[in-house]
Parts: sequence; C-alpha cells; structure tokens
Amino acid sequence: MTARRVVLTGLGAVTPLGLSVAETWQGLTEGRCGIARIQAFDPAGLSCQLAGEVGPYKLREVLPRSYRKAVKLMSRDIELAILAADEALRDAGIGTQTTAPDAVTLQPERTAIQLGAGLISCDLVELAPCVAMSVTDGVFDLKKWGRVGMENLTPVWLLKYLPNMLACHVGIIHDIRGPSNSITCGEVSGHLAVVEAADVIARGDADVALAGGCEAKVNPIVMIRQCLLGRATAAANDDPDGACRPFAADATGSVFGEAAALLVLEEASTARQRGATVYAEIAGTGSSTNLNTTYEHLEPDGKGVEIAIEKALSEAGIAPDALDLVIPQGTGIPQDDAAEAGAIARVLGDAVESVPVWPIKGMTSHTGAAAGALDILSAALALRHGLIGPARNCTNKAPGCRLNLRTELQKRYIRYALCCGYTFGGQTAAIVLKNAQGEGA
Amino acid sequence: MSERVVITGMGIVCPIGHDVETMWQNLLAGRSGMGPTTLFDASTFPATFGAEVKNYDVAKVVKHPERHRFANRGSQFVLGAAAEACRQAGIDMETDPPADGIDRRRMGIYLGAGEGSVDNDAFFAAIVGGWDRESNTMDWARWAEVANARMHPYRELEQEPNLPAGHVAILTGARGENRNCLTACAASTQAVGEAAMLVRRGRADVMIAGGAHSMIHPLGVTGFCRLTALSTRNDSPTTASRPFSASRDGFILGEGAAIVILESLASAQRRGVPILAEIVGFGSSNDAFRVTDMHEEARGAVQAIQGALRDAGLQPDQIDYISAHGTSTVENDSVETLAIKRAFGEHAYRVPISSPKSVFGHLIGATGCAELITCVLAIRDGVLPPTMNLHDPDPALDLDYVPNAPRQADVRVVLSESFGFGGQNNVLILRRWESN
Repeated sequence: MTARRVVLTGLGAVTPLGLSVAETWQGLTEGRCGIARIQAFDPAGLSCQLAGEVGPYKLREVLPRSYRKAVKLMSRDIELAILAADEALRDAGIGTQTTAPDAVTLQPERTAIQLGAGLISCDLVELAPCVAMSVTDGVFDLKKWGRVGMENLTPVWLLKYLPNMLACHVGIIHDIRGPSNSITCGEVSGHLAVVEAADVIARGDADVALAGGCEAKVNPIVMIRQCLLGRATAAANDDPDGACRPFAADATGSVFGEAAALLVLEEASTARQRGATVYAEIAGTGSSTNLNTTYEHLEPDGKGVEIAIEKALSEAGIAPDALDLVIPQGTGIPQDDAAEAGAIARVLGDAVESVPVWPIKGMTSHTGAAAGALDILSAALALRHGLIGPARNCTNKAPGCRLNLRTELQKRYIRYALCCGYTFGGQTAAIVLKNAQGEGA
Repeated sequence: MSERVVITGMGIVCPIGHDVETMWQNLLAGRSGMGPTTLFDASTFPATFGAEVKNYDVAKVVKHPERHRFANRGSQFVLGAAAEACRQAGIDMETDPPADGIDRRRMGIYLGAGEGSVDNDAFFAAIVGGWDRESNTMDWARWAEVANARMHPYRELEQEPNLPAGHVAILTGARGENRNCLTACAASTQAVGEAAMLVRRGRADVMIAGGAHSMIHPLGVTGFCRLTALSTRNDSPTTASRPFSASRDGFILGEGAAIVILESLASAQRRGVPILAEIVGFGSSNDAFRVTDMHEEARGAVQAIQGALRDAGLQPDQIDYISAHGTSTVENDSVETLAIKRAFGEHAYRVPISSPKSVFGHLIGATGCAELITCVLAIRDGVLPPTMNLHDPDPALDLDYVPNAPRQADVRVVLSESFGFGGQNNVLILRRWESN
C-alpha cells in the first residue's frame, strides 16, 4: 500500500491585516500591526481595550444569489469563514457551483471540510431587548422570559451559534458533501482541523479537503473572559502596536482578535494531475495534551507541546536541524511563552541557536480558533516565497528564552517549517510542512 | 498500517442511570428518564420537562475532585463515564506511573462534547445592567461593570467545549491525540468514528472516546423551543418521546455523557483485557443542503450509511439491527426511515430498528455514544432495546421499530446512526467480537 501524500494547494484569509491572503502576507512581511482599540463595541469597561479586528467586508459578493436570504442565519464567525473559503477555493483553482457555475470541477462526495471553530457567543445586542422585557424589580425574571422574552427572539436564533454551522454553510455554498467535522479545541482548533483533514485524505475518505479555523472573538463576552482570566494585557491600551510581545522580557499578556484562515488540502497525485500550484506538503503531524489543573495555562515545562512536536518530526522523518522555520503559538502571556519556548528548545537541541522562530501574534493578535490555521498559512507562504517576516515586538527577549527571534525580514530557502500550538483546556498540536519546490527554485 | 479496533470499556452517566448496567436494565424495562425540569424554573417555557441526570455527585467518582472544581455539568458527567469505562478496560487512574502497561503517549482522547451553560445569574444581570431601554442601546461600560463584578473567570472558562476532554486528560494522564468535535447531535458518533480511525491507522493504541453535553439551561431550552424542536407534551413527559409514531411532536432534551475505550486489537490482547465488540465501519457526510432542514431525499444520510458499509466491507443484508437516531421529531423520523429504505432496499423491511431516545431522551452531543453502548449490550445479551410509546404508528413509517418491548434476537452486526443539525451525518458499524 502506498501512502497517500497531502499537499496544500489553496489559501484564503480574512485577518486584522487585510481581507485577503495577499494583504495579510504583505502585512506579515512588513511587520505591520493589525491591533487597535476595539471598534465593535465601546471597550471602556474592559481591562484590555485592544483587539485585532477584520475591516469592513462585503459578504454578498461571495454568496450565490439564491443563498443571500441565509444571512439571517449567520453569526460573524460564519461570515468570516465564508469569505476565506471563497478565496481558498478560487486560489486552488477548484471550480464550485458558486465560484464557477459553468465549470464545476469540485467533486462533492470526495471533498471534505474540517473547520476549527470557537465557542460562539451570542450577540448581546440582539438578545438584550428580549431580556429587558423579562425584568421584575430590576432583576431578570425567568418566568417572564419564558412567557414573553423568548417569543421575541428569531426562531432560528440557536442555529447562528452552533459551531458546526461554519462548515455547514460553507458546505452548502460550494456543495461539499464528504466527511465534515468541526473541531472545537479552543486556541488549537485551527491546527487540529488541518491535522484531521490531512488524515481524512491520507486514509482515502476524500481527495480534497477545505480545512482551517475561524473565530470572531471581538465580542464583549469573549473579550471580557480573557480579561478576567488575566490573559489579555491590561498594560498596553495606549500602545496597540507594541501591545502583544511574544517571548519578550517586557511582555504583559496577549491581545485577542478575529480571523478566518482556510486551506485547501489535496492528495498529491490529484493535485499534480490537474497542474495545481503546490504551496507545501504536509509531512508530519502530531498532537498531545498538556496536563495542568490550572486549565488556562500551559504546564510549566510545556511537555504537551514537546510531545506533539516530537511526534510530528518523527512522522516527517526529519531531525530538528532540518527545520528552517518555526511558527509557535507565542501569545505574549509570559508564563505560557516561557513554557512553550522551553518545549521548543528541548526538541530542537543544539539547533535552537540557528532555526528561525517567527511568532506572528504581535501583528495578527491571537485569533483563537483561527490562529493555528493562520500560522500554517503563513508558513506555507514563507516556504513558497523563501521569506520569513520580522518577529515584531520581540526585540527584548525574555531571560532564559533561547529561541532565535529575528526582528528583520529574512530571505532564505526553507526546507521544512514547523507550526505548533496549544490551548486552555490542554490540547496541543504540531504540523511539519515540507517545501514542495527543489532547492534554489 | 491498519489495526483492528475493539471496544474494551464503556461508561455512561445519563437520565436512566449513572452506570452502564443500570442504564441497560432501565432501558430494557422502558423506565423513562423524563420528568418536569428542575434545573431551572421552566414553568412558563413551551416545554416544561426534560430528561435530567439526578442525584449525581462527581466527587464520589473521582479521586481528586479538587482538580475538577469548576467543571460544568457535561464535564462532571464525562468524568463519571470515563472513570467507569477506564475501570472496565483496566486503565489505571490511581498510580503514578500507571501500572496498566499502556504508554500514555499512545493513549488519547476524542470527545464530541458540547459547550457548558452560561453562568446565568451573571450573564443576565450584566445585560439588564447595561441595557438602556430609552435608547435601545447597550451601555457597554455599565455592562462591563456588572460583568467584571459577577462573572467568575473559571466558570467562564469551563464553558469552552474542549474542557471536558481536558478534565478526562487530568483524570487519566492521557498524553496522546486529544481532540473535541462539535457536530451538533452527531458529535459523539463522529468522535468515536474519528478516534477509531486514529487507532486503525496506528496513531494511538488506546482512545478514550465519546461525548458529554447538557443543554438543560435557560438559553439551551430557549434555542430548541424557538426552533419548535422540542415536544410540548407537558402533561405527559414519560410518553412524550415516541419516535416513529403518528403523534410524535418533537424530541425531549436530555443530558449526560458516554464513553467507550477503543483499543487496537494488539494492545487489548497484549494486556489481556476482555473485548466487548469490534468497530468495523465508519461513514461521515455533509448534506450540503440547508442548515434548517434535512435533505428531502436523505441524500447525506444515505451517503454516510453506504460509506460505513463500504468501510466495513459489508453488504446491507448483513446488518442485524439498526440503532436509529430516532429523535421523535416529525422530520427526522420520516427522513431517517427513507434513508434506511434507500440504503438497505428490501432488507429495510426485515432489519429491526429502534430508538433508545424513547427512554433516555436526546443527549445531544453525548447521544451517539450512549446509543453505541446500547448496541454493544444488544450484541452481548442478544436482546434489542425497544422503541417505547409507539402505540399509534405513522402509516408512512412502515418498518420494524421494535415497538414497546425488548426483543430477543441473535445480533452479530449493528449499525448506529446519528444526524445533526446542519446536515451532519455519522454512522458506525459494530460487530460481535470474533477473532477471525
């Protein structure tokens, strides 16, 4: 039995750096920062008033006419996923019933969709008028809610907030009928969705998969949670550009944001036969768990991340010194960064001095369920262009951090790239990408 | 690499029992888990009843309850289910390092667990505090003032759907693959299926797989009531879940957790643990039709059933029993019957089909794995669980739904179906353990 190899043939992104892969990549290579004071709502009462937000977009342009009514079923998470899916499938040159009604090449039952999604919080402004009808003596009254409040809520309310609806809407728009899953593993969802999609193709249950992550985190509840947990920086509200400082001695916490990053994965021979552009090959994946009863933090020795990386390198069949790029989770939360840096350094061994490490959250913010997919997308572009962007805000490395962080743009041929991540709750993941072009290409 | 995947442990916490044998006895006896809602005051809601887990205390089932202090209901249930399943499979949760011969890096977790309830008092108080009824706008600073004062960081964190799997990791020390998926009502079937694929492909020796969910909270019940998905037979909770009957009017919202231990045959034999059944087929598909309705011709459901049969290398007439999704909604039971007819042809009229949801309700994310456990027991004991409350068959639904009483049957191969909102279809096939 020959193993089925999996390659990346399409990319799509809407991020705080832009509404496309090109704008996002330009931002990343320029070291531009997409973090600013929150616009979606007045953040005055939050300890962290910053976020990475996606700019204004036109959803209608990517919806088939017959599906425009369905916008009433969509939360912002779903909208962002639809935007990125459209770009990724077009980029891959796969014609769908929506992108190319007269030249459909997508094979519905042989195409899978695996999306990482967040815990979608409801729109409080939508809910509030119904809640306000259900108050007695200034206090929420459940009996009134049952009698009158809930009756004023749209009947389809629940469907907007189910995490699997991202994949369902995208599947409907492009007629994707193969295996479909929604990975809900917090901030490592994007990584794990790509890991699973690669497995689905490798085991033969699909030839193509649309995979990645998406989360619209700039919701008051989602943001205040990160403030209450002390994960969001409370010390940088007047300095958005310098707010998120992965692995830096002067880091004070992370900044959270929203994005969608989707990738088209494809069985290698299928991609070759149709002459697709190949960004990179998925050479190895691994995942594990960190065991920490302080569930919001990585365990101090980063063991769960270390195991995931070891598994991914082992499956790729490479030694750590074959890596020419690592994109870590690198959140700007000092104790988590220290744990992750320790794990990476232990796996890399002597190579830790030379392998470039490129955290991107100083520019993109921490986009939760999208973050891992955005890292993989960035690594794929780095491989393709032979460029590693600047590690923004990483000038002053934390004591004990041995990672090779460079704050200038580097041009170099990348043989293999590693992306690793972890989340509150424990899940960890790592993915090794292999350059699909020859040396010097 | 292709390993045979067997089940070596099972555990459940559900409305009709906090362990597998109690659940099974109650299911066969048709003792309903439904009753008036007690978790909150639902007296003015369209549906005032559900299937709650009662008198359950997680502190009695785990050794270190302080490690799970803020666990939501789903996490509490899954700890009980996982502990029971691990004990049966001989997985050591006590000693460090563990004495069960399982490499923790080769032991993983895959759950289809749902999100936890919002912290209701704080959540609603903040909205009330921030909403300006004159201008119909939210004063976010006032909202934040209440939220900052009343929201508890850990009760917020524990709402995340990946936390139940995190708790199971702490319970068991599992360091292998760890994932959670949330594909609505099909989640734990999908989790078990994907976990089985990880074992089959050699990515893990042991997977702790299943699901956990509780949506019996004000916003959860609100969501389903607005969709008119729930039965409103408030005067008769125990007869409300009546899958495939003419008078069915919706599902009954339940809660719980269910876990199976999946293991490679080689690992199970090496450890010498009893094998309960083998997982031989998994099929997964997406309707790609509408998020509000199932495909009228059951396109996705048929595709998932056929995918599972193909994966198992079985013909339709080799299936001895179908554990239906059977929710008791008008749409599901019709479309599911059509799917079975389309996928099984003439055999559809011969194969017995039943829905345990008629007794324990719809456990949402956890339901698929709970039903899978009943399939293992059906094989073990040679008895099919009944579809209760089926006294007025829908004339259009003319298959054998094992009405109202369990039935003796020699069952070798079983197919279990789960269909989720949005068009998520997942199907598993189990076979009696036979070494050749």
